[in-house]
Amino acid sequence: MDDLRKKARELLEASAVKVVIGYEQGTAGKTRALFAENPDDTDKLIFDSRCNLNLAAYVTKTEVKNKGKMAITATLPVMRSIIQLASESQVSDNNLVVLGITPESKLVEFGKITEVETFVHQYQIEIETTYREKLEKLNKMTPSERWQFWIDEFTPCFKCYACRAACPMCYCGRCTVDFNQPQWIPVPSHQLGNLEWHIMRAVHLTGRCIDCDACYNACPLGIPLNLLTKKMIEDVKTNFGGYQPSLNGGHLMSTYKPDDKENFIQ
Amino acid sequence: MSIDKRLIRKDSLEKLFDILKQNSKKIYTPVSKNGKVSFKDTVSFSEIATNYIQTTQSSKEVSFPRTEKILDYSKSSEGMSVKGIEINRFPEIILWGVRPCDAMGTGQISAIFNWDYKDEIYNNRLSHVTVLGFSCSKADEYCFCTSMGGNPGNTEGSDILFTQLGENGDFLAEIETEKGLSIVAMAPGLFEKAGEIKKEKFLANVPVKFEKEEIRKKLETFFESDHWVEQSLKCLGCAACAYVCPTCACFDIQDESHGKSGSRVRCWDSCGFSLFTLHTSGHNPRGVQSERWRQRIMHKFSYMPDRLSVFGCTGCGRCSRACPADMNILEHLISIQEAAV
Repeated sequence: MDDLRKKARELLEASAVKVVIGYEQGTAGKTRALFAENPDDTDKLIFDSRCNLNLAAYVTKTEVKNKGKMAITATLPVMRSIIQLASESQVSDNNLVVLGITPESKLVEFGKITEVETFVHQYQIEIETTYREKLEKLNKMTPSERWQFWIDEFTPCFKCYACRAACPMCYCGRCTVDFNQPQWIPVPSHQLGNLEWHIMRAVHLTGRCIDCDACYNACPLGIPLNLLTKKMIEDVKTNFGGYQPSLNGGHLMSTYKPDDKENFIQ
Repeated sequence: MSIDKRLIRKDSLEKLFDILKQNSKKIYTPVSKNGKVSFKDTVSFSEIATNYIQTTQSSKEVSFPRTEKILDYSKSSEGMSVKGIEINRFPEIILWGVRPCDAMGTGQISAIFNWDYKDEIYNNRLSHVTVLGFSCSKADEYCFCTSMGGNPGNTEGSDILFTQLGENGDFLAEIETEKGLSIVAMAPGLFEKAGEIKKEKFLANVPVKFEKEEIRKKLETFFESDHWVEQSLKCLGCAACAYVCPTCACFDIQDESHGKSGSRVRCWDSCGFSLFTLHTSGHNPRGVQSERWRQRIMHKFSYMPDRLSVFGCTGCGRCSRACPADMNILEHLISIQEAAV
């Protein structure tokens, strides 16, 4: 990844950006986010298969944004997140430079976010076979079996919201669960509270989730909550022709077409 | 000093488990699911997880549940009626397989719940808990109990501490309390006379990484340091660290109403959330993550020792293992110790 380090150094030396967000060696063999603010910090940049944290979660963070223009090391899932965030007016060419990493681990440079979109559109979001099989198994369950499956999986959830914190699309300044006047979702971690939280999360991410698994990787309890978002991706594919983040794509769950074939909406 | 020291054969542990079950005891043990080990109400000995360093969550939940009702209320034309919960009806629970760093945490949480107001609910729950600790023969690079005054064979907080005398060996049982004696009394035949046994050579090696009193002293003048911002930039602001911690005790109070009646519940909360300190006015005295991270460290390593004479950390390393962003508390404490003031 010498190319990445070189490019990151160039950007900082030329003051084209204030901070380069990338990966560095963490503790106990893990990798973690690096915020390189001076050129020598870029020597710490690494990239390998362990780097699965979606760094796009940081570009909407106040403390990071306040540093000034950012550059971000972006694998395909991170690039997809950037496109979705740009379409939601959260990032733009004014505050972000994308240092792309191709699926072959090669550096790809972009002038503008529109170029990132063109690159991303070469690839479709495909649910991996192992997950497809798990979803198939869930589909074949009776409603009561499926209910029991999710009750069992969600029971350990203690609502630390690591899934929300690690998700680049969960950038709301105040999440629905944080409201208490009125209280939409029960705050305590109990059966109803947990179920409502996970259902709401999945529905809010429908047509926006880029399938990076950051939520699942972040969960300290190993709850397979990404099965829900993957199921939504499959349903969007079946019912709405699939999802590909795009700058002018509108949003599946908030777009209205006057000529919609369903008449209840008219 | 232990009340008594006994030897229990490796094969007798299952018998002990079965005898406790026959005495209608609820036994919470480490159980593995989705690749994570957590304490669960266990029916059979074979469910107990083996070959792990530490449970993902601490055992604090048996005496400080993530969600617990503290009262019921109902409204009518005559006014409001409030009914407290029956605090004498908590079940007897045996915690089986608690690591010494976890058992030690009971002292910290008890200190918090008895600081000024004596929390009856917590104290009552705890009075029904018997802790069967198991010493550590293995540690990982997240462990730092020895820097916090503990050690892999520390008896503090356990009613009985079991130490396995070598791989596949029998167990030394150090009986520490009356509760521990009552366990022995249920299965006296299983607890044999122990000769002179030195357990130290069977314990994990956990080197001391820092001097906790030095950190405490450093923090007295560290409040405005740039360190907090540097350390916390990668923090995502979730509560994984607080909820797996054996000493974190912050909670929220919520009313869950259904028409004219409802319950007031106490549920876990965390200083890592921005909402934790948000005022009604909209002002937030801890508006950025660095201030929230500072609070976490200051509370554990400065405010708690000042007020309660205990550090709010046992060195179990759970927060670092659970953190999705690799905020490693040991790394941060060492960097605070090494920082120039």
